[in-house]
Amino acid sequence: MSVSRFIAAAILATALILPHADAGEVAFSERRSGSTFMAPETQAMQSNDTANPGMLGVLDGATLWGKTIGAAEKSCASCHNDASTSMSGVAARYPAFDDTLKRPVDLEQRVNLCRVDHQRAPPLAYESRELLALTALIGRQSRGLPIAGGTDPRLTPFVDKGRATFMRRQGQLNLACTNCHDDNWYKRLAGSAITQAHPTGYPLYRLEWQGLGSLQRRLRNCMVGMRAQPYDADAPEMVELELYLMSRARGMPIETPAVRP
Amino acid sequence: MLAVAAMLGLSRAALADALRPYAIVDDAIPLSLTGADGDPARGRAVVLLRQNTCLLCHSGPFPEQRFQGDLAPNLQGTGSRWSGGQLRLRMVDASRLNPATIMPSYYRIDGLQRVAEPLRGRPILSAEQIEDVVAYLATLRDQPGKHE
Repeated sequence: MSVSRFIAAAILATALILPHADAGEVAFSERRSGSTFMAPETQAMQSNDTANPGMLGVLDGATLWGKTIGAAEKSCASCHNDASTSMSGVAARYPAFDDTLKRPVDLEQRVNLCRVDHQRAPPLAYESRELLALTALIGRQSRGLPIAGGTDPRLTPFVDKGRATFMRRQGQLNLACTNCHDDNWYKRLAGSAITQAHPTGYPLYRLEWQGLGSLQRRLRNCMVGMRAQPYDADAPEMVELELYLMSRARGMPIETPAVRP
Repeated sequence: MLAVAAMLGLSRAALADALRPYAIVDDAIPLSLTGADGDPARGRAVVLLRQNTCLLCHSGPFPEQRFQGDLAPNLQGTGSRWSGGQLRLRMVDASRLNPATIMPSYYRIDGLQRVAEPLRGRPILSAEQIEDVVAYLATLRDQPGKHE
């Protein structure tokens, strides 16, 4: 078979057999949370607060929220009072534009900016127990609320950059996020559901991790799978990718702390 | 320790420079990359080894393998559908045939972005492994063959 005939046949086969292939972004009406791909047992674990291991992080976060720290001798509660009121809906609109930095910051960065600027305390390490606990507590206050990522018009260029990263092939396997999560989300990679990559429940408890983890940790897992050089935690590309994913999931309910396999 | 690291560094550099040349004819690479025939039994082992990524996307006649992917065609009957040369090009660089394919190029080091540092300049599989897999896939006939 000649190359041109092969390509023509491949295009035809693609059009006939794979209705989703190269269809671009997941259609609005087709969007599904990762939780809908899970076994009923895992869904039950997420929806029952006494069985959801992520709730331990939320409780941990509630303790930290009231703890006085730093040279300013302030707790989170000193300024923000009751998290269940003041933090309602906050996680649903992060990453958010920072007026001083003139760029989006994610929830982890916001907590650390607060610590450094207002509490005069050292920033927390990424993926540390404390930072995961505080972001789990804050995220929990948005559970059930619709994601509102990227609605601030100042974020638009950063959403676009995140989208470009999502579409760009990378790594030794030369794959882009979109190849799996837009074009093949309904299939299985080895035994596992691929899913549409909507960040509805971060930080979440992943059974594979046996612990809570951030969206950045999950993104890094995928990049390692593609055999790509992972971005540093503070790399603008990571926040842009988080922002794009939150804008892509706009309107879907927050599940934090979610449980995933 | 340093001597070992130096040796590894050297062999990696040597490997990077030593992707063997090949010629594409129509939609095939007719000639073996190594000049020799591959070994089907070794090729089966290469396909089944998780780190080689085949079964992440493909399934096939491997009843003992519990987790197989369905992003790509079942490998059963591959040898009836394609010649050895066609299989070789599809392994080496399937993007030459379909730029939109999700099949990685298993014997290519150029035109890639942000490859993990320890893997830069290295193909996913060696020329010998490619030949072994080509030899194995050729045995996967629509009629069950001896390697199934």
